Amino acid sequence: MILQVEGVSKQFGGLQALEDVTFDLPEGQIMGLIGPNGAGKTTLFNCISGVYEPTAGRVIFRGEDITGVKPYYIAKKGMARTHQIVRPLEELTVLENVMVGACFGQEDYGLREARHVAEEIMGFVGLSERAEQLAGSLNVGQKKRLEMARSLAAQPYLLLLDEVLAGLNPSEISQMVDIVKAIRSERDTTIIMIEHVMHAVMNVSDRIVVLDYGKQLAEGTPQEVAENAKVIEAYLGDPKLAERLLQEGG
Amino acid sequence: MSEAPASSSTSGRTAVDFNALTRRYAGLFLPLIIVLGLIAWPSITGKDITRETMFTVLLSIALASSLNILLGYTGYVSFGHVVFFGLGGYVGIYLMSVQGWSLWLAMAAGGLAAGLLAFILGKAILRLRGGYFALATIGINEAMRATINNMKIFGGPVGMTLNFQIYKDYGGAAQALWLSFYILSAVTLVVVIGSFFIRTSKFGLGLLAIREDEDAAEIMGVVAPNAKTWAYVLSAIAPGILGVLFFFKNGSIEPAPAFRLHFSIEMIVMVMLGGQGTVLGPIVGGLGYQSLRGFLLTNSIFKNIQLAVAGGLLLLIVLFVPRGVVGWLRTRFPKLRRVLI
Repeated sequence: MILQVEGVSKQFGGLQALEDVTFDLPEGQIMGLIGPNGAGKTTLFNCISGVYEPTAGRVIFRGEDITGVKPYYIAKKGMARTHQIVRPLEELTVLENVMVGACFGQEDYGLREARHVAEEIMGFVGLSERAEQLAGSLNVGQKKRLEMARSLAAQPYLLLLDEVLAGLNPSEISQMVDIVKAIRSERDTTIIMIEHVMHAVMNVSDRIVVLDYGKQLAEGTPQEVAENAKVIEAYLGDPKLAERLLQEGG
Repeated sequence: MSEAPASSSTSGRTAVDFNALTRRYAGLFLPLIIVLGLIAWPSITGKDITRETMFTVLLSIALASSLNILLGYTGYVSFGHVVFFGLGGYVGIYLMSVQGWSLWLAMAAGGLAAGLLAFILGKAILRLRGGYFALATIGINEAMRATINNMKIFGGPVGMTLNFQIYKDYGGAAQALWLSFYILSAVTLVVVIGSFFIRTSKFGLGLLAIREDEDAAEIMGVVAPNAKTWAYVLSAIAPGILGVLFFFKNGSIEPAPAFRLHFSIEMIVMVMLGGQGTVLGPIVGGLGYQSLRGFLLTNSIFKNIQLAVAGGLLLLIVLFVPRGVVGWLRTRFPKLRRVLI
C-alpha cells in the first residue's frame, strides 16, 4: 500500500467537512475521487498533503505516519499535487516553475539536473516551446499543464490531481487524459484524481471513491460505482446517464 | 552545437566552456562595472568631496542590495531594516570605545549581532504575511530605539562618542576616512556578488517561489520558514557591519540617528526605483536616488522637502513602474534578461 487513509475526519468550527474517510491505495493504481461540489474532496487532498491537519484519523504514506506533518516535508517524502485553482509562480518563467518542483521535491535535485529534468517534463506535457515565457502569460489550459509539470518534476511516488480537466475544451481534455495515462504507464506513479468530467474519470480510474457531505458514499470499480443506487441518487442523477458515461469512455 | 565535428576536440571544448561561463555570469557584468567605477572614481579625481559623495552612494547600494534579498527575492517588506544598521553600530561602537576592540573585530561583532537578531526575529515574526510583517518590523525598530535610549551602558539618550585617539591606530583621522571608504568598497562588492549568487542559486529559486506564492512553494517542498529566516539573516548581516563602519567614521552614535525610520523607507525607495528582485536594481536605485537627493539638497526650492520628494517618488514608482527601472527594461527588452539579472 502506498497510501492508507484511516478514519480521517476534518471539522471547521461547526462544519463537518470530512467524516471517517477510510481507504487503501495500492501502488500503481489510478483512483478517482468524485462527489458533488462541497463534498470534501479538496479538503481530503489538503489533509493528505499536509495543508490541513485532520481532526481525527491517520494518514500513512509508504508505511510512515504523516498525519500533521508539514506540506514541505511530505513533498520531500515523494508526494506532489496540483491545485484546482491554478497557482503559477507568475513572474518566473515556465522553466523556472518546473525547476522549483524538481529542486525541492522528492529527488532534491541541484539546479543543473533540475534543468534537465524540467526540460524532459516540459516535453512530456507539451510546454517546451513556452519554456522561456513568464508563467503568468499562459492560458488556462497551459497553466493546468504547468501545474502538472511542476508536480511531476518532483518525481513523486504519489500524485494528487485536483480537477486538472476543469475549464479545458474537449480537445485539451483528451490531451490531458492521455498525459495522465502516460504518467501511470511510463512513470510508475500512483495517482488520485478529483474530477467532475465523468466520462474521463470513469475511463481512466482503476477504482473510484465517492464522497458526499464529507462521508464516503461508495467505493469500487467504475462499473460498480456507476451502478450504485446511492451514488446515482446523490451525484449522477440519471441511471442511464451512468451507463452512457461508461460507454462514451470505452 | 551537437553538429560540431569530432576533430575540434580540445579547442572546441574550451570555447564552449568559455561561452557557458560568460552566459552563467553575464548578469554579474554590469553590477560589477558600475560598482567598480564608483569605487575608483575618488582615486581618479583625488578629491575628498568625491570620496564623501561616493561613500554615501556605495553605502546606499550595499544597504539596498541587502534589503533586496528580503524585499525583492523573498517578497517580504521590512520597513524597519535600519534596526540592523543601528544595532550593529551600537554593538561596534560600544566594543571599540569601552572594550577597546579593533575596528575589524567590532565590525564582525556588529554583523553577527545583526544576524542573530534577524534569526530570532525571523523565527518570531516571519510567520506574519504582507502588511502585518511590515508593521511588526516598524514596531521592532521603535522598540529597539526606546530600549537603547534607556540603557546606561550604551550611554542612554546621549549615546557614545569615540575618543579621537582611536583613529591613531588607523593612521590618523584623515587616513581613517580613506580606510573607511575602502572597507565600504570591499563590503559593497561582497554584498553585490553575494546577491548575484543568491539570486542564481537553488536557495534563491526557493526564495523567488516564496515571493510568488508561498503556499504553492510549500506544497512543492520549499521549506519556507527556514528559507525566509535565512534570507532575513543574510539581509541583516551587511547592514550590521556597515553600521559599525558608518558610526566609526562618524565618531559618535546616538539613538535617533541610529534608528531613523525614514532611512529604512529610503532603502525601500532605492530598491523599488531600481527594480526589486534583480541584482542590478538596487545599484541603479541607490545611485539614482542619491543623485536625485544630492540635486534636491543643493536646490533652494527643494532642500527642505527632499524627504517629501522621496515619498512622492515611491508613490509614483508603485503606481506606474512597480518593477522599477531594471524590471521595466527586462519586460520591455526580454532579450536582455540574461544580462539584466
